[in-house]
Amino acid sequence: MEKAIILAACAIGAGLSMIAGIGPGIGEGYAVGKACEAIARQPESKGSVTSTMLMGCAVAETTGIYGFVVAILLLFVIPSMFLGML
Amino acid sequence: MKVRPESKKQIVAEYIVTAVQNFVKSNMGKVFEFFSPFIFSLMMLSAFSSLSSLLTFKPPTSDINTLLGWSILVFMMIIYYKIKSMGFLGYLKSYTKPIVLLTPFNILSDVAVPVSMAFRHFGNIVSGVVISSLVYGSLSSLSSLALGNLPGFLSKIPIFELGLPAVLSIYFDLFSSLLQAFIFCMLTMVYIKMAANVKE
Repeated sequence: MEKAIILAACAIGAGLSMIAGIGPGIGEGYAVGKACEAIARQPESKGSVTSTMLMGCAVAETTGIYGFVVAILLLFVIPSMFLGML
Repeated sequence: MKVRPESKKQIVAEYIVTAVQNFVKSNMGKVFEFFSPFIFSLMMLSAFSSLSSLLTFKPPTSDINTLLGWSILVFMMIIYYKIKSMGFLGYLKSYTKPIVLLTPFNILSDVAVPVSMAFRHFGNIVSGVVISSLVYGSLSSLSSLALGNLPGFLSKIPIFELGLPAVLSIYFDLFSSLLQAFIFCMLTMVYIKMAANVKE
């Protein structure tokens, strides 16, 4: 019974922690949209705009990645730790 | 090796070296040109570690210890250049900069630098590994569901695993790992340049 509760709580927590994916999605969408506008306005600056956008996107992804790391910990590390304690 | 390059190998090698030196010079300034071997070796180590997942190895960058090692190395260089530019007392004083009350937050934001660098790289590579392993598992169960009832070796043919994972692999293995190697080096250069605070 305790095992089942722990496993269910870990799975629910992992699902909740992936809500963090919303923020980077919105942010990167804005960034890519603005980059498209910039390229449409000045097509000759495509290279520098694209590399700056990729850099900014990868940095903006960080918070989503934190949520993902927490989800990975909840799915693979925490259950074995707690089940060993029982 | 000659002063005027003749062989193809030497021309390619000289092209790579000048490209890396120009890249580092344009990002960190002429003073830090000597950083280019370090930056390029960091980039190649990260890129080839991540690309080894193409050959079905477990990439070394999907282990947090590798990334924490690299980012702590970078963190020590940042501290070294901060102490060099401000002096040791000035460095300690810089933690109490706007007001003394903010000292814990300054320390926290300093510690967040290596942690965020390591976790960004780690999370990107591990998400690729996890998602592609999930896809491989589901595809193999799908093809055993479709062909499992056939007699003999016909039931072992992986029809669904043939081309579909390659599309994912282009994004997760090629694009993501090369981009993360680039980002790691870019952030290293930016942080060290900010710490050294050199006037051009």
